[in-house]
Amino acid sequence: MFNIYTEIILDHYQHPRNFGEIKNPTKKVEVANPLCGDKIKMMIVFDKEKVTEVKFTGVGCAISTASASMLTEYIKGKTKEQLKKIDKNFIIKMLGVSLGVNRIKCALLSLEALKKLL
Amino acid sequence: MINVLKIKKDFPIFENNPSLVYLDSTATSLKPRPVIEKLVEYYSKYSANIFRGVYSLSEKATKEYEKTREKIAKFINGKKEEIIFTRNTTEGLNLLAYSLGRKIIEKNDEIVTTIMEHHSNFVPWQILAQESGAVFKVININQSGDLDLYCKNIKIKKSKCKMTMQNSKLINLNNIITKKTKILTLTYISNVLGTVNPIKEIVMVAKKINPKVIVIVDAAQAAPHKKIDVLDLGVDFLAFSSHKMLGPTGVGVLWGKYDLLCEMFPFNFGGEMIAEVFLDKTFFKDPPYKFEAGTPAIAEVIALSEAVSYLEKIGLEKIEAYEKELVQLAYQRLKEEFGKNIKILGEGNIKERSGILAFNFYNLHPHDVAQILSEKNICLRSGHHCAQPLHQFLGVSSSCRASFYFYNDKDDVEKLVEGLKEVKIKFKL
Ligand SMILES: Cc1ncc(COP(=O)(O)O)c(C=O)c1O
Repeated sequence: MFNIYTEIILDHYQHPRNFGEIKNPTKKVEVANPLCGDKIKMMIVFDKEKVTEVKFTGVGCAISTASASMLTEYIKGKTKEQLKKIDKNFIIKMLGVSLGVNRIKCALLSLEALKKLL
Repeated sequence: MINVLKIKKDFPIFENNPSLVYLDSTATSLKPRPVIEKLVEYYSKYSANIFRGVYSLSEKATKEYEKTREKIAKFINGKKEEIIFTRNTTEGLNLLAYSLGRKIIEKNDEIVTTIMEHHSNFVPWQILAQESGAVFKVININQSGDLDLYCKNIKIKKSKCKMTMQNSKLINLNNIITKKTKILTLTYISNVLGTVNPIKEIVMVAKKINPKVIVIVDAAQAAPHKKIDVLDLGVDFLAFSSHKMLGPTGVGVLWGKYDLLCEMFPFNFGGEMIAEVFLDKTFFKDPPYKFEAGTPAIAEVIALSEAVSYLEKIGLEKIEAYEKELVQLAYQRLKEEFGKNIKILGEGNIKERSGILAFNFYNLHPHDVAQILSEKNICLRSGHHCAQPLHQFLGVSSSCRASFYFYNDKDDVEKLVEGLKEVKIKFKL
């Protein structure tokens, strides 16, 4: 097994970006990972087609937190059309590590939230 | 004495994974050679269906299959016609919820269980209560991780004979069991806290309040680690899984009092369970056969017998005592090294615990801890261990769990400690 806890993942885990709540989001969702009971709440503000603000809260492991942190960083300023193109492979590339079958679910929790926000 | 080095040689998995530190026997145990060989023996020497053929291969298979039934009966001090083979503990408990529960539970009846149950002994009863309008009562635990049913304010005299903490405490079920309670179902040993519930005493007190209450015990974590005597316990039903006690996957055991089994309706219908079938009606066989529809896991049942032999050869009393020692050592070492930064779930009565330690490490997520340990070939469970109500009650969403069996030793404990030190370094704690 090689190291999945790279500097960048640890950094996003220990200092998650866009962590917190938005007062009046356009939309808000909550997703859970039944394997561990982890939950992520994600909220978003759209200005027409464009994301102007996005935040998340919840408890999660390093992988799910880093994934949510990096994903929210990426999606700010993007359009709905652009966001629809984000898939599993994008997330894996974004994290830059290869995960086992069980841990990949942690990484994809934030993607599930994003899909529900669109 | 338990000679772990010698024992490890009986488990081929250690040959193939020499550095393996397996601390997840609570999820499933490793398998010794005689069990594996017995599976191969069936498939290579007499792999016929049972009960169906008059030819000798089928007779041999049937004989071996029934031999396990007798063996299991002796193992728990029941009768062989009271032993039903299921797929696992979960199926045994669901069988009861259907065949017994749906027959006897009516609106406003009470079903009592505990907060420390595995989902398999929680959800079937919760759903049954919802369907029938029955009251679903859940016994909580106290600070130390024991069921909250001991009398408070009672001074206990220290008697000369050796009594366990639990035996010497008086059990009070007055607000829990009533005349309306039809079923009390609880685990013998918690798969998270390692708590060993005083089943015999609980049964005595419960049946004193209401002699008709039916007591069901989930023995999934007890059968591998503790001598069980169903008559002495005084329970009505007891379920466990082969795969947690050195046996193959795909087989479980449900034991029930014969009279009760006779009154119950079958759970599955089909081959083997019928006596006679007519166009307009069907007669069923007597227990246990009326609960064993279809071709069972023949090889696995047959090989389970070898698992029981292996356990008996070592001796369950010895296994229990050894594990207790090991889990206390593990507790001590973890506390020495990490102090308050390792939080053990329900650590009150560590001396009375089965070989299970669930914990949280710093504020790290259990997945991350388990992942880094897995890089060192240390197998540890992370998550809610199918006990979400318990985790909610304890105010955590998940935990790590290290569990010990008789093939684990001090070295495994030290490797766990070393592994956790590495986790600390990785997360710069
Ligand atoms: C206490 C307890 N009950 C029930 C079960 C369910 O066992 P199985 O998955 O074999 O049905 C387990 C297994 O994890 C358990 O630990």
